[in-house]
Amino acid sequence: MNQDYRRISADGLWSNNIVFAQGLALCPLLAVTTTATNGLGMGMATSFVLVLSGLIVAVCRRTIPTEVRIPVFVLIIATIVTLVDMGMNAWLHNLHGVLGLFIPLIVTNCAILGRAEAFASKNAVLPAATDGLMMGAGFTLVLVLLGASRELVGSGTLFANAELLLGSRLGFLEMTVIPGYRGFLIAILPTGGFLLLGFLLAAKRALEKLSRSRRTAEVTPVATEPAEAV
Amino acid sequence: MGERPKPKERIVYQAGLLGGYAALAAALLILGNEATRETIAERQAEDMLESLAQVLPDSLHDNDLLEDRKVVRDDEGNPVVVYTATKKGGHTGFAFATTGRGYAGDIELILGVDTDGKLLGVRVIAHAETPGLGDKIEIEKDDWILGFDGRSLENTTKAQWRVKKDGGEIDALTGATITPRAVVEAVYGGLVFFRDHRGTLIAGEPSRYANTLENEEGAE
Repeated sequence: MNQDYRRISADGLWSNNIVFAQGLALCPLLAVTTTATNGLGMGMATSFVLVLSGLIVAVCRRTIPTEVRIPVFVLIIATIVTLVDMGMNAWLHNLHGVLGLFIPLIVTNCAILGRAEAFASKNAVLPAATDGLMMGAGFTLVLVLLGASRELVGSGTLFANAELLLGSRLGFLEMTVIPGYRGFLIAILPTGGFLLLGFLLAAKRALEKLSRSRRTAEVTPVATEPAEAV
Repeated sequence: MGERPKPKERIVYQAGLLGGYAALAAALLILGNEATRETIAERQAEDMLESLAQVLPDSLHDNDLLEDRKVVRDDEGNPVVVYTATKKGGHTGFAFATTGRGYAGDIELILGVDTDGKLLGVRVIAHAETPGLGDKIEIEKDDWILGFDGRSLENTTKAQWRVKKDGGEIDALTGATITPRAVVEAVYGGLVFFRDHRGTLIAGEPSRYANTLENEEGAE
């Protein structure tokens, strides 16, 4: 049981990450990651919808015939997103002012449909919600990483306007890393988004290669010793 | 006859289920809309008042701006709501919305002008410009928009009502070309609109210019 949840978490955060491993959700990813703050906002909104859609799809999974499951999933996700949009506009109006731009974009996020289809429709409610949370967290991680690198290269700041999203207590996150920086526009434009995403993917590959070669280096002597003993 | 599909595999069942889910979703959305509509309208009125306060300073008026509004038709016949600031019964300023065509859809602006047509302030109410580039027109992200304060058709000529890049007097925005151009055009258009209707807005009682100016209640 515990093993299961650890696996779900590892999948969502790293080994089956929505962007890094599945290559999904690139549209919202490249559209909003001009700053780390925007990335964080989009990540939080997407995670929320992922958890909710995972929950509802898992609850309804036995009543949905396979032949019409896709339209039903789309319907469920679109309904959730619209309700979240309306609810936030009414009761979290300030946050909606900041995130409002991104919420309709969540419907275009194929990863949500992907998780509904690949995981939530085949699993119980709790694992499905966990999967949504972890996939959302993994997506948020990539959004913030890409947002931060684009913002740093493009405008020399980090978490600009974080105060608007997170409130004044977390305003200290805002920093100007390179004062007087004149800006490097291409990083903020979609082109730069693709370029930096490429670098991030390469870095992830390199990290994995490194850890794999280290693991084999550790394993090899252990494997040879018993062989000598025999 | 033995080939009759199981009930769950019949198309009627699947179609009915899909329809059922659609009906459920529609019902939820109706409920959600009903539950939030009034609150959203209230929040938006608050937002409006807040934007109005930024372009028509409190010191300029002692009336309720949301109450004292008039509807004027612009050149194309579209209604424009003009909020009037009065102090001790005299006009002190006007605020109205205007729209520019931005890079990604319309940019809604609110303009505050004094009785001589000098800008008291400009603010962006809504836009869909690129985050990180075009959104610097928002006061929260950049003070670029303050560059309009004090300008009027008198102190800035038509040729100067352009972005510096195009030979005008208004600062450009790093990384955005179309967005500031759209805002400048919209502000200029707004000032021209005010100049054309200044007479009717400032002059005497509403009844005298009933043809061009209607109270909103009258229009309904």
